[in-house]
Amino acid sequence: MLHQIIDRRLAGKNKSIGNRERFLRRYKEQIREAVRRAVDGRGIRDMERGEDIHIPKRDISEPVFGHGQGGVREIVHPGNQEYVKGDRIERPKGGGGGGSGRGQASDQGEGEDDFVFHLSKEEFMQVFFDDLALPNLERTQLAETPEWKSHRAGFTSDGTPNNLHVVRSMRGAIGRRIAIGAGSRTELRELEKHLEELIRDRRPGDAEQAQAIAETEAKIVLLRERIGRIPYLDPIDLRYRSRVRVPVPTSKAVMFCLMDVSGSMDEARKDLAKRFFILLYLFLTRHYEKIDIVFIRHHTQAQEVDEQNFFHATETGGTVVSSALVLMEEIIRARYPSGEWNIYGAQASDGDNWHHDSGRCRELLADKLLPLCRYYAYVQVAEEEQNLWEEYSQLVGEVKHFAMRKVTEASQIYPVFRELFKKESAPA
Amino acid sequence: MSTTFENRRQIGAAPRPDGYGGRRKQTPLREPIPLKERPTSPLPAPSDWTFELIHDYHEVIKATAQRFGLDTYPNQLEVITAEQMMDAYASIGMPVNYRHWSYGKEFISTEKNYRRGHMGLAYEIVINSNPCISYLMEENSMAMQALVIAHAAYGHNSFFKGNYLFRMWTDASSIIDYLVYAKNYIAECEERHGIDAVEELLDSCHALQNHGVDRYRRPQKLSLAQEQARRADREAYAQQQINDLWRTLPKKAEKAEEAAAERRFPSEPQENLLYFIEKNAPLLEPWQREIVRIVRKIAQYFYPQRQTQVMNEGWATFWHHRLLNQMYDDGYLTDGVMIEWLKSHTNVVFQPPVGHPAYSGINPYALGFAMYTDLKRICEKPTEEDRQWFPDIAGSDWLPTLDHAMRNFKDESFVGQYLSPQLMREFRLFSILDDEKENELEVSAIHDESGYRRVREALSRQYDLGSREPNIQVWNVNLRGDRSLTLRHTQHNDRPLHDTAQEVLKHVARLWGFGVHLESVNGKGELTRRWTVQPPEQ
Repeated sequence: MLHQIIDRRLAGKNKSIGNRERFLRRYKEQIREAVRRAVDGRGIRDMERGEDIHIPKRDISEPVFGHGQGGVREIVHPGNQEYVKGDRIERPKGGGGGGSGRGQASDQGEGEDDFVFHLSKEEFMQVFFDDLALPNLERTQLAETPEWKSHRAGFTSDGTPNNLHVVRSMRGAIGRRIAIGAGSRTELRELEKHLEELIRDRRPGDAEQAQAIAETEAKIVLLRERIGRIPYLDPIDLRYRSRVRVPVPTSKAVMFCLMDVSGSMDEARKDLAKRFFILLYLFLTRHYEKIDIVFIRHHTQAQEVDEQNFFHATETGGTVVSSALVLMEEIIRARYPSGEWNIYGAQASDGDNWHHDSGRCRELLADKLLPLCRYYAYVQVAEEEQNLWEEYSQLVGEVKHFAMRKVTEASQIYPVFRELFKKESAPA
Repeated sequence: MSTTFENRRQIGAAPRPDGYGGRRKQTPLREPIPLKERPTSPLPAPSDWTFELIHDYHEVIKATAQRFGLDTYPNQLEVITAEQMMDAYASIGMPVNYRHWSYGKEFISTEKNYRRGHMGLAYEIVINSNPCISYLMEENSMAMQALVIAHAAYGHNSFFKGNYLFRMWTDASSIIDYLVYAKNYIAECEERHGIDAVEELLDSCHALQNHGVDRYRRPQKLSLAQEQARRADREAYAQQQINDLWRTLPKKAEKAEEAAAERRFPSEPQENLLYFIEKNAPLLEPWQREIVRIVRKIAQYFYPQRQTQVMNEGWATFWHHRLLNQMYDDGYLTDGVMIEWLKSHTNVVFQPPVGHPAYSGINPYALGFAMYTDLKRICEKPTEEDRQWFPDIAGSDWLPTLDHAMRNFKDESFVGQYLSPQLMREFRLFSILDDEKENELEVSAIHDESGYRRVREALSRQYDLGSREPNIQVWNVNLRGDRSLTLRHTQHNDRPLHDTAQEVLKHVARLWGFGVHLESVNGKGELTRRWTVQPPEQ
């Protein structure tokens, strides 16, 4: 009889990837909803991880014709303890009438259980980017680290002369010379000893002995030559410093999040603003080693707060935007000297402002803040144009690193950053 | 066919005991062939396996199996990783299959449970193909590999080759080819008609999968080439037929019209819903018909497996137990190996009693193993009771008796024929009658003199697919009017349909293309419930 033993371990792993993708594709809506909820619940900094997705079991069940409750059934069970024929048992409540006996009860039961599975970090970000309508080019940019730093990584046996490590190379050469010459040197020592003996025992006039001495001396000369011929430095001795390129974000940045928290900013608008901040943060993480985030919220007065309070506390009252800008400038002066820090500003508001204040905002931005910032972006999460919008609009043509946009849904956020991405990707 | 040739060639030649072709039934041995020579030392038993060791163990297992006369397909053992095992799980245990989201779902939940340690993976998967493919998982120890080889490559394998249902319904030599063809065909359709269209169609077909099998008619066995050659003809012809069926031109005479109005279609109710749809659904495109056919064919391939769970698992368990014990007695296995596989054997055949937290019905491994073991006992050491209950087999040779029991039954008839009173007592089986008209459940029979027959009958019925799955047939098609399709559910013991029926009906309507009705009829022939799905919007 023929038989074979085949090692299949290396072939065809991940055959189910295609099926998994089809599954994700089918439940795109639920997954997107789950991602949306997750984005809502997470801090800006820990956006990049996977997420457990819950889908109600009944939504993914595959229906087949089957029997329901009722009718007459006779079911055999093992392990009878106490019953005799004719005993009557109370009907168990809710269950399958004494167990369905087929182990399917859990599949077809109440359906309250959720089907839970884990979305990987990549898949999660994919869905998140989908929502933001991020072009593919930028996706890959966000997914990659553009800066490299070279690190020492030991020694290699080939390289360019400028990386030659002299001490290492010499050490290698000595070792090689000792190793290769060892046999000859031992022989040499023996011959020298022999020669000494011969010379010591020399009887004058003994031609034979003189002959032996001459021969030994000749041998010694030959050996010395041979030892001398061992190369002092051979190409195999050469050692070079090895350097590898390690992706490293370069330096530090600070990101200012400014948001209007007056009564007109509802949850939906705050959510838009949050996505706007997340996107800027994600972008910055690719470029900078250390990122500080400063949250400034304002109504008539500005205040520096933590992330939790920034997004979730509600306040009411009027709006004076300039208060936030003033505070931002103060913080920069106090903690983030612009020579050391790359400063990014992101401001979100519904455009509502005390009308005498808007002009001042523009001046503050143009004269004080924009010269300090690498980039400043403003999104208005409402449709109508008010005086703040008009004042800011004047800056758009003048200052290159200022961008503004009206945003009513998540997909409109990205264009705010378009300039920024372009600028950064050009030299790379 | 070539059988006549073979017969002629055999004339005058004495039948050679070792010369059986693949198809011909082998006469079972009357008793095991004795061991020729005891080995000088047992097989090495390190915990880690190597290919050489697997080979050595396999040789001994094979020789031992041959001594018991186990008739198998050639074996192909494949070593795979845990991930690959999960892949195989997800695509219903087959090495290739078409893509569908439901397999993705299966994979995700398997993977999750495995990662969290909620479940271990099965030790083995075996595929009913020729050669018979058995998967050995990389993580298994040597003792476990030996167990898997004995269980899958000799137990299941001989069952696939011997049992009448498998012989009748499945063609082991062509299934892998067919799956490859199905996978490619469906991928091609996805490209041409879009993933969504194919996915919808597959969803609908899967919903009717269990009602897409022929229960009584034996299908022709075709090779892949024939299958493909016939596809083109079939598509052209089928379309023609359908067009004829739905001809809208008025008939000539009034008389003919009257006759047509009375004409039932189909003339007899049909049980194979998918087959009926494939052949008669008015709006399906040829490629859609082909996909319906593919799902139907694959469902048919698995149909025997669904009917022989107890027998199949029991047979494989019985034989790994028998073979490995024999090898131990012969001096091939060390004590360590024995203890290791026995531990896992014991777990597999554990039957928790009703009420136990782990109880989820009767464990087919436990019941099957116990039944074959009991059968052997009845042959070798029959009691007075056994002689009364099993006069034909009590005291006979056990090998041919077990061989007969394996070949000619399915779970339902196997239990009905061979469940002995002694085993019922051992399992303490009892049956509970659940009548919705009564307030309480009734213990209808237990493992005593007056109850044996009833318990056995009840358990046998429990394994009858006919009563496990609702009986739904194509009843009528309104040819002259709205073209709606009527299905009829005949209630068994007044058991109603599950509420998912409405959902399934939507799938039927999607395939049929027009309205679909489902009528539920009780034992007295009264209509108890009616579902209707409007024609899907085109």
